[in-house]
Amino acid sequence: MSAPAPATGTAPAYYIPQPSHWPILGSIALLLMGFGAASWFNGYAYGPWTVLAGFCVLIVMMFGWFGAVVGESERRMFSRKVDRSFRWGMSWFIFSEVMFFAAFFGALFYVRNLSVPDLGSIGSKILWPDYTAAWPTVGPYIKDTFTPMAAIGIPLINTIILLSSGVTLTIAHHGLKAGHRGQLKLFLFFTVALGALFLSLQAYEYHHAYTELGLTLRSGVYGSTFFMLTGFHGLHVTIGAIMLTVMLVRVFRGHFDAEHHFGFEAAAWYWHFVDVVWLLLFVLVYWL
Amino acid sequence: MSSVTHDDVLGHGHDAHHHHPTGLMRWVTTTNHKDIGTMYLWFSFIMFLVGGTMAMTIRSELFEPGLQIVQPEFFNSLTTLHGLIMIFGAIMPAAVGFANWQIPMMIGAPDMAFARMNNWSFWLLPPAAVLLIGSLFVPGGGAAGGWTMYPPLSVQLGMGMDMTIFAVHIMGASSIMGSINIITTILNMRAPGMTLMKMPLFCWSWLITAYLLIAVMPVLAGAVTMLLTDRHFGTSFFNAAGGGDPVLFQHVFWFFGHPEVYILILPAFGIISEIIPAFARKPLFGYASMVYALAAIAILSFLVWAHHMFTVGMPTAGLLFFMYATMLIAVPTGVKVFNWVATMWRGSMTFEAPMLFALGFLFLFTIGGFTGLVLAITPVDIQLQDTYYVVAHFHYVMVAGSLFAFFGGTYYWIPKWTGTMYDEKLAKLHFWSSLIAFNVAFFPMHFLGLAGMPRRIPDYSQQFTDWNMVSTVGAFWFGLSQFIFLYVVLKCIAHKGEKAPGKPWEGATTLEWTLPSPAPYHTFETPPVVK
Amino acid sequence: MIRNCRGSAPPRFIGRALAALGALPAAALAAPAWNFQTPVTPIAREQFDLHLYIFWICVVIFIGVFGVLFYSLLKHRKSVGHQAAQFHENTTVEVVWTVIPFLILVFMAYPASKTILALKDTSAPDMTIKVTGYQWKWNYDYIEDGFGFYSTLATPFDQIENRAPKDENYLLEVDHPLVVPVDTKVRVLITAGDVIHSWWVPAFGVKQDAIPGFVRDTWFKADKVGTYRGQCAELCGKDHGFMPVVVEVKSKDDYAKWSAEQKKALAAAADDPHKLWDQGALVARGEKVFNANCAACHQASGTGNAAAKIPALVGDAVVLGPAKAQIDIVLNGRNGMPSWKHLPDTDIAAAITYTRNSWGNKAGEGLVQPAAVEAERK
Ligand code: HEA
Ligand code: HEA
Ligand code: HEC
Ligand code: CUA
Ligand SMILES: [Cu+2]
Repeated sequence: MSAPAPATGTAPAYYIPQPSHWPILGSIALLLMGFGAASWFNGYAYGPWTVLAGFCVLIVMMFGWFGAVVGESERRMFSRKVDRSFRWGMSWFIFSEVMFFAAFFGALFYVRNLSVPDLGSIGSKILWPDYTAAWPTVGPYIKDTFTPMAAIGIPLINTIILLSSGVTLTIAHHGLKAGHRGQLKLFLFFTVALGALFLSLQAYEYHHAYTELGLTLRSGVYGSTFFMLTGFHGLHVTIGAIMLTVMLVRVFRGHFDAEHHFGFEAAAWYWHFVDVVWLLLFVLVYWL
Repeated sequence: MSSVTHDDVLGHGHDAHHHHPTGLMRWVTTTNHKDIGTMYLWFSFIMFLVGGTMAMTIRSELFEPGLQIVQPEFFNSLTTLHGLIMIFGAIMPAAVGFANWQIPMMIGAPDMAFARMNNWSFWLLPPAAVLLIGSLFVPGGGAAGGWTMYPPLSVQLGMGMDMTIFAVHIMGASSIMGSINIITTILNMRAPGMTLMKMPLFCWSWLITAYLLIAVMPVLAGAVTMLLTDRHFGTSFFNAAGGGDPVLFQHVFWFFGHPEVYILILPAFGIISEIIPAFARKPLFGYASMVYALAAIAILSFLVWAHHMFTVGMPTAGLLFFMYATMLIAVPTGVKVFNWVATMWRGSMTFEAPMLFALGFLFLFTIGGFTGLVLAITPVDIQLQDTYYVVAHFHYVMVAGSLFAFFGGTYYWIPKWTGTMYDEKLAKLHFWSSLIAFNVAFFPMHFLGLAGMPRRIPDYSQQFTDWNMVSTVGAFWFGLSQFIFLYVVLKCIAHKGEKAPGKPWEGATTLEWTLPSPAPYHTFETPPVVK
Repeated sequence: MIRNCRGSAPPRFIGRALAALGALPAAALAAPAWNFQTPVTPIAREQFDLHLYIFWICVVIFIGVFGVLFYSLLKHRKSVGHQAAQFHENTTVEVVWTVIPFLILVFMAYPASKTILALKDTSAPDMTIKVTGYQWKWNYDYIEDGFGFYSTLATPFDQIENRAPKDENYLLEVDHPLVVPVDTKVRVLITAGDVIHSWWVPAFGVKQDAIPGFVRDTWFKADKVGTYRGQCAELCGKDHGFMPVVVEVKSKDDYAKWSAEQKKALAAAADDPHKLWDQGALVARGEKVFNANCAACHQASGTGNAAAKIPALVGDAVVLGPAKAQIDIVLNGRNGMPSWKHLPDTDIAAAITYTRNSWGNKAGEGLVQPAAVEAERK
């Protein structure tokens, strides 16, 4: 990827990339991971290795593909119009993520307001004579008990951390727009660090839940919704933090200027989205 | 990776020489919307054959009472995979294929907004198909819980179910990326002067479809993810013992599933809205209300999901709400039907194959819509839920609806794609043969359902024999008719036939007809100006 | 025949033509069914009428719309020299054809809503029956009378496999039908033990999904004595197609007689869970229980099915180990292994004892008494 910028030096009307082998690598990766995981979960020894192989291919593909895009961006191949495409693309991608979380929030709403009360109702007494509906619950049949996660404590600290990271990220963005590279670097670094801190605290919290509270994925529908929602959120924080780290590296390499920094903004949008999801989680999962 | 030189940068001279890979690698690496559209369409057709072969096996088993050909468990796998493959493998990719070919040409764009991601959207499909079809051959057999995958049955199944779950994830990723591409292309890459309300209806229909896809595919991903963790990691989402509820899955699934059926039909509506004005030689009647009707259908589609669940034992208020909301969809759909009729009214019609398929669509889709309305009436649905009446309903809207529209669309645009006119005689034969066979195959299913034959059974009691026999004969006839289609298409590709002019249809007005046939590899590198 | 046609004569000729075509004995075929079965409850009757009402409205609209279209197809074609008009908008007609369908829908929704309210009204029943769906049988519990039984397909396998001629009620016959009195409001509580099933009797207009872990209810009041047949209407696995529902509606007197007999038989057959069995008798009984319930998966030879991840019981550690663990698995199930809680203690003890002493198995705790099973239940 070492091509000269277009001879004229201006951005083309609309940049259409060359044929590329990155997508097919991605497909091969997902095939390996899908088949590998299916085998793994059914006890085949080759399963985890297949997943690992797929994952490695995926990493190669991401480095290659995103590297290509970064290269194109730095050679200023992207006109205003392409930039607008990226904005639409990222917005709709985030919308799809919102809907993904909506499925799990919907499940939480449903079990809390419909299925658990139903199981504890008079009508269900012939099946579950001793069950009283409550939240949190392990359900009418599972015997293990657990202590639910308290909102005040790590979750509250984590809320503060994520909210501050949103602020530091905005300060970094202002720095970028005003041409203050120092401010940009420093506050972007803070943001990534806060993200990492958040993740470490969450890891600690999970450990605490499994070892001391008896709260696991198997703890009835409370455990299921708790770990599914916070787990997928944690995964998204991880992805967001990686995106920001890449941006940090790019900043240190001198990428971006006041006008031209959509990569940075996309990562920032994503980070704010992850932030908002956390607020919902804090209220609906930990607090209420 | 090939290096970027400036002649691949569009807008820099049309004589650009391309050093694109050739042979297989051309198709594997291509970023061209026409190549990708072609691959989508072929993939779709192959999946149609695979899913159709499964349907033929189902119909053969059901030719008469008793178990003859397959074991019950395999029968269930066939039904499941037939449904999944037809919906996710045949109909949806066909619609995306049309979008890829047509949208850039119809709005005057050089290509899709994200050409490289476009390639990935397509190339995710073959791995998904491998996982789906491969699931039949792993220990424990393929997924056998119906395309709806209801737990706890789907929790009982073996490794095939996991492969199906991952296939659904991958197809979902493909659809989401495809949709982001389509929306962005439509919103950002229209030629100067082409306002949204001047855009061809096919583009409108896809804009709204893509929005539906982005809204519901992630929800499906969420549903099957919960299924996966219930299967392997001890969660209790769908397990009453832990406080969950099997019905929760149905809510989440149908929150996806109902919009999904409009995802299957809206692009078809778009194609019909192009064909009818062209052959009536008269502008589409009520363009604006057609657009509003599409939007209304899309919005309502989020509010009706539980009409698939009238027998799960919902509270009365739920039954009433979902019945009313479902019935309401008849209003915007009716507007579309009436507008199509009004477009033809006092036109100057000719009846080439695309128009025949459009008319067949109109006639049979409306029947399917009416049976949908019958199903929407809760007390009646309680009798008909999970019977062959439902099977009849959805094949009318999906086969005679979506599929017929795609046949019509193929005949309509294949001159533009290949530069060769299709064989009109054979195409008409394809139409009439399909039309009659389709009704022989699927009309009797209404009677079967009314009389009480459940769906998804490999064997039935004797009073259902007659209609099943009729249906099987029709199904084979319908299946064989599709060879005519294949032959006609291959003939065009081999350029055996009249050379197509740039605009073979007298009444066609959209931008793609301003291009030569076949359309050059790159089109509209400089955007046309629309007045 | 249970088939009942209402309406005009069905097109027999198609059936005939096909019978000849398929060289099938025409005698086996009668007039094809093509509408709802004859309703015998008020709700089913309302559904029937509602269906016809909606159906005819749709037919009228259909003829209207396509009448216009076909007129247009004939008159406004290029080949008859028709010139295309160029109009493409008319707000008035657009409003009209939005509002009129809406009004039609209101006329459809009104009677439908009334029926919904009626069919959800399960209050004040004369009797209550609990129906539980299992793979692949139904269990009926007469709650007030305290007896119950299983109801399984009675069609012999030979008929399904085409080795014997199929009899009239092929696939729609069971060993023990549900029996109810005529003119009685029966409330049905429906649940399931494994996966979702759906209890459906077309002539009653009743179809209710059976959701494991939840209780749903519905009701019917049959006003005609007779035998009514339906099927499980929710895909529930391999034998979903072989899970019929048969209901016998008896006169009130006959029903009273029948139910008295049931109670007597019940008392006679009841096993005392505290009875102490000797091993031979328990193994003999266990063989029957095992072959009826467990052999479907673990095989009569106890060898399981490795491909389907069903463990062999021959030489199995759990079977040879302490009895308590095996009782726990059999009672409560685990992963693919269903729970057998619904079987009586004696049957469970017998099956376990059988596994511990068969196919060369020789467990330390060879004899498991029903009382041990009872003790494990909570
Ligand atoms: C292309 C796909 C497609 C489309 C477009 C539709 C359209 C509709 N469907 Fe259908 N449906 C399916 C695909 C589709 N469906 C599938 C796949 C299933 C089964 C899934 C499964 O279980 O596996 C299903 C099942 C299904 C059910 C559940 C049945 C059951 O399982 O018990 C119901 C119930 O309400 C229903 C209703 C409707 C309605 C009201 C419409 C409406 O949109 C129809 C509107 C159209 C018209 C009404 C005709 C034209 C209108 C006029 C001419 C105006 C005048 C009319 C009046 C005023 C009456 N559908
Ligand atoms: C758009 C989607 C779509 C399409 C196009 C079709 C097409 C067909 N379907 Fe479809 N069907 C579904 C979607 C679709 N179906 C869904 C969603 C279900 C529900 C699944 C579930 O319950 O989970 C279903 C269920 C279903 C059933 C019910 C099964 C059951 O409940 O157990 C039946 C039964 O007859 C059936 C029949 C057919 C037939 C005969 C065709 C024909 O139109 C197919 C014709 C095509 C071909 C035959 C292929 C081309 C020809 C060849 C490959 C050559 C070889 C052919 C011959 C030798 C004749 N389908
Ligand atoms: C629907 C299929 C099915 C039926 C019917 C069934 N089982 Fe099982 N059984 C299984 C499966 C699957 C397992 C493995 C469970 C696991 O993986 O934890 C199992 C496990 C067992 C085990 C424990 C074996 C071990 O090594 O862990 C015993 C004992 C057992 N079954 C006995 C019975 C008895 C007794 C019956 C009848 C009353 C029965 N099974 C009926 C499927 C079945
Ligand atoms: Cu039980 Cu289907
Ligand atoms: Cu629907």
